[in-house]
Amino acid sequence: MSVSDSDFSKIHRRTRRPRSVWLQPLGLIGVAVLIGFILMAIFADVIAPFDPIAQDFRRLQPPNSTNWFGTDQLGRDIFSRVVHGARISLPYAAQLVILSAAIGTILGAIAGYFGGWVDGVIMRAADLVMAFPDIILAMAVVAALGPSLFNAVLAVVVVSWPVYARVIRAMILSIREEAYMQSSRLLGASSARALWVDVRPNVAGPLVVLGTLEYGHAVLILSGLSFLGLGAQPPDAEWGSMVSEGAKYFDLWWMSVFPGLAILGVVLGANFLGDTLRDALDPLAARRFR
Amino acid sequence: MSFEDTRAGGQPGSPALAVRAWFALPGLLRFSIRRVITGVFLCIGVTLIAFLLTLVVPGDPVAASLGDVAADDPVIVAAFRERYGLDKPLPEQYLIYVTGLLQGDLGTSLNTRRPVLDDLRQFLPATIELSIAAMTVAMVLGVALGVIAAVYRDGWPDQAIRVISLAGVSVPTFWLSLVCLYVFFYLLGWSPGVGRLPPGALAPQAVTGMYSVDAALAGDWEKVGDALAHLALPALVLAVYTIGAITRFTRASMLETLEQDYVRSARAKGLPARVVVMRHALRPALAAIVTVSGLAFGRMLGGAVLVESVFSWPGLGEYAYRSALSLDLRAIMGVSLVIAIVYILVNLVVDLLYAVIDPRIRLG
Repeated sequence: MSVSDSDFSKIHRRTRRPRSVWLQPLGLIGVAVLIGFILMAIFADVIAPFDPIAQDFRRLQPPNSTNWFGTDQLGRDIFSRVVHGARISLPYAAQLVILSAAIGTILGAIAGYFGGWVDGVIMRAADLVMAFPDIILAMAVVAALGPSLFNAVLAVVVVSWPVYARVIRAMILSIREEAYMQSSRLLGASSARALWVDVRPNVAGPLVVLGTLEYGHAVLILSGLSFLGLGAQPPDAEWGSMVSEGAKYFDLWWMSVFPGLAILGVVLGANFLGDTLRDALDPLAARRFR
Repeated sequence: MSFEDTRAGGQPGSPALAVRAWFALPGLLRFSIRRVITGVFLCIGVTLIAFLLTLVVPGDPVAASLGDVAADDPVIVAAFRERYGLDKPLPEQYLIYVTGLLQGDLGTSLNTRRPVLDDLRQFLPATIELSIAAMTVAMVLGVALGVIAAVYRDGWPDQAIRVISLAGVSVPTFWLSLVCLYVFFYLLGWSPGVGRLPPGALAPQAVTGMYSVDAALAGDWEKVGDALAHLALPALVLAVYTIGAITRFTRASMLETLEQDYVRSARAKGLPARVVVMRHALRPALAAIVTVSGLAFGRMLGGAVLVESVFSWPGLGEYAYRSALSLDLRAIMGVSLVIAIVYILVNLVVDLLYAVIDPRIRLG
């Protein structure tokens, strides 16, 4: 790696991106991609030329003018299946993020606000869950509950709440010492009121950033579980399970490439947006590793 | 190493002396003892979760183990329950479970019909070999890209690296495995394909269970080449996510150290930029990077499930995958336990390394 002396002068340039989030190309691309996928999910019936689960005698066709992305082993149109896949992946991932953010926020708020043994118990439980690699613990939970997309969501909630709990707890620990918190308590506000009125606005921004970044992760892990046969079940047009079907017809590249690109697109969109938001709103969390 | 050692010189049971003796120990030793004890508690917690999960498994373990005819006979069922302690209260059942674990009894896999421990012993080395290779690639590339991004902050190399690292953490691993296999094996023929060795090749004499190491120990260099050729593609794919993560973290830490006064002083006294960046700025940043890599190693073991299932790499992940498909809970629990323990150990080692790399850090 070569570093010239003239490059070095740039290091001490202290300009921090002054532009608004909405003017940054990466963030804008992220928003555009996500909106595109949401529209695709809403208007799936209009966009898709074929029924996603209708079988046809034209099996295993490469991409052509009728079947833009080709057809699979049952003659189903892959383009239509990819379009309809957005209706499965987007809402389930949203469900997952909302559920684990809610649980993690509540537990993290309790731990940070009350401290003491409550804090100890909750945070040790968080450490414990973090000691398991998420996909393996989720596999165990799904194996116990039985494979379905909903159970996959539940399983991933079990492994993903600690991320939120840790961040929220750390923030509340610092907010708790602020003068406005103390005066609010002195005025007789209850713990619940203090948390809702004084703490909530402070944690809302970072929570949105975290949720956006976790959304990409949620799409990845849910499609990963479906790829392993532990999430969506056939004949659902779910991207991960489509890639898995395509893997059985290894030389027919179109069967797995297109659904995989759809996953990549959504996750990339969420990460572009999340990364931009984080730089702008939450410089402290910029060092948080996930 | 135990608490008893720390009380050397004091009367047993005298708290004041014990406390004094404890603080008289070197910080590093004190820290290690504390971390080992926390680690033991974490392991206990991990077994507790594993135990609770085995309870919620659908279907009666009695019926599953006995078969139809025997399960219909109430006498046999009662005898079976008594033998395996299933008639006892839950805490006692947990004790029986842990006692079994300590004796290496992780149950029997429904799939392979072998003790789970034997399966794990067979599959773990393959995963460790793959993860170490991937981690090496990820650390070298991740740190290099992160340093470049920090030095060219906000310039085009920084922007390009930002997009690359975001893409790295966004790409679905299982899909990337398939695409790479299609391109580099099927189309180009650069990669020898799936598995750990060419079809029909004999595994080298098992010492570590890692084929490349074992073959080198046996002096069979042709086999070392074969093993490494098979290792390269899955290791690269597995590294992609971690490269992205380490790059972003390295950049953030480097930006922080580059703004320190001593970096400016080093520049002011005329040291070349290369020396300042590599010696003055990278070294303190490395401590944090090593910690993050420890965390990343845990994630990588998880990601190995997906890579191994595509590359038919006979490791823990592939084993977990097959077990999960047949809902073989004992086997999955075994994998989770092993990985959690590896994760805890790796992080302990990493925290100790922290002190070695950055002497300013006081542990304890």
